[in-house]
Amino acid sequence: MNDQGLGSYFQFSNVDWANMLSATWETIWLTIASMIVVAILGIALGLLLFETTNSENPLVKALNWIVALFVNVFRSIPFIILIVLLLPITQKLVGTIIGPRAALPSLIISAAPFYARMVELAFHELDHGVIEAAESMGANRWQIIRKVLLPESMPALVSGITVTTISLIGYTAMAGAIGAGGLGNLAYQDGFQSNNNAITLIATVIIVIIVFIFQLIGDLAVRHIDKRS
Amino acid sequence: MIEFKDVTKTFQAKQGPVHAVQDVNLKIEDGHIYGIVGYSGAGKSTLVRMLNGLETPTSGSVNIDGVEISALSGAPLREQRHKIGMIFQHFNLLWSRTVLQNIMFPLEIAGQSKAEAEKKAHHLAELVGLSGRETAYPSELSGGQKQRVGIARALANDPQILLSDEATSALDPQTTDEVLDLLLSINQKLHLTIVLITHEMHVIRKIADHVAVMESGKIVEQGPVLDVFKRPQQAVTKRFVNEEVTPSLNETTVVVDQLLEKYPNGTIVRLTFHGDQAQLPIVSEMLKQFPLDLNIIEGGIHQTQEGAIGSLYVQLTGDRAKIDGALGYLEKMRVETEVLTRE
Repeated sequence: MNDQGLGSYFQFSNVDWANMLSATWETIWLTIASMIVVAILGIALGLLLFETTNSENPLVKALNWIVALFVNVFRSIPFIILIVLLLPITQKLVGTIIGPRAALPSLIISAAPFYARMVELAFHELDHGVIEAAESMGANRWQIIRKVLLPESMPALVSGITVTTISLIGYTAMAGAIGAGGLGNLAYQDGFQSNNNAITLIATVIIVIIVFIFQLIGDLAVRHIDKRS
Repeated sequence: MIEFKDVTKTFQAKQGPVHAVQDVNLKIEDGHIYGIVGYSGAGKSTLVRMLNGLETPTSGSVNIDGVEISALSGAPLREQRHKIGMIFQHFNLLWSRTVLQNIMFPLEIAGQSKAEAEKKAHHLAELVGLSGRETAYPSELSGGQKQRVGIARALANDPQILLSDEATSALDPQTTDEVLDLLLSINQKLHLTIVLITHEMHVIRKIADHVAVMESGKIVEQGPVLDVFKRPQQAVTKRFVNEEVTPSLNETTVVVDQLLEKYPNGTIVRLTFHGDQAQLPIVSEMLKQFPLDLNIIEGGIHQTQEGAIGSLYVQLTGDRAKIDGALGYLEKMRVETEVLTRE
């Protein structure tokens, strides 16, 4: 029988380390896979929002309105509700509603709009004079995107994806609690439901370490890229 | 040759239409350094940005060597823009690129091969005096060096025209002169036309050969720089010329007021000398012929591209007839005189 007091946090003999390790890998895999898709989708959506802002063309205006609506709606839905809401779609897309792969669609759909707004903001904060200089040299839209917008806003894009990834780690734990695997799953099932607080504590510590590592990588990358000072 | 024909640009603002440029007609010959001077909001920036299609006129046409720029858009316009370089007040360099990569930027846009672009960029860095700084990032450069990168970048595609939008306004006086010297040497070496806009008459005097003065969207005066400096017709031009010839005009006005008060009988005259006159002992000769008391208030001589201009504020006291005689003598010697009176 387990001790129910505070001492229960430190009954490490109850921890199945092999399980813990595989849960850790699941969390890291889930985070990185969703981060990659969110980065690509977020930059594409952010670019679309940026390029369609302030257009006179009614078709472009409508496109901007639709994308903005999509972004705002999915950014507003609490993640735990979004998972449940997307269950049928997940079933169709992935073929299952259990396991790490099943968590991907809802992770991506909730984080990509969040990142898209950050990307749009990063583009808006660029010095307009630089874009104008490129225009005056005869650059076309695509050249401006590839050679000005993306490289010049790269530090903001990287720090944005860092922040997004950290909230993604939080989401993976939440998804884990309802069966997506990973450290959240472990902390909930083997820790909370089995009255095994040591497992919950270790899972928490590992998640904190993962967050710190992602933050560190992000900060170092920004410092390396940013040549402004 | 650049030609503006009846160019008007009207912006629709919330408060109603704003006439940024009105009925502008202007011809700029090849190889000239043409200055457009005016206070902020005069429309000079809008006017010059029509030359590379960053603005399009509401009516009228803008032609460069017979090509109507104002009628182009899309790919043909972008093609034309390769041949028109532009430099900016705030340099507008890409901070994520080194000096060399910044200079290569327009070459990449024009589709040149990387090896060729790099070779050309090295050559241009040398031309603008940035050899050895090719791998530096803009944040590591001074304002003057940044503008040199801007100039090298603008020259990358061998343009026939260089547009300068207040290119020295963010620089200190010494750096301004260095950058202006560079522009002048580029104009002479490469025989390209430079159209520069500025609110500083100093810039015009230092390198321009022709000048147009803009006020409220209209060109109120234009011509060779020395003519405009000698005989400014419009009030706004006089203000610009005075600012330049006597930088402390306000102080002078105070002195004039005081002198008018102190010597109610005296006559205060502003004399303007041009070219060779500035070197003749005209005033001394005048005093021999008309013995008067002469008190110098302020004066100065400035070099322009086409000769010297001197201005002198003096107070003459003495017999009325002698003063009139002295003024007549000055007129005969082609010195411009202006008797100052209290307003």
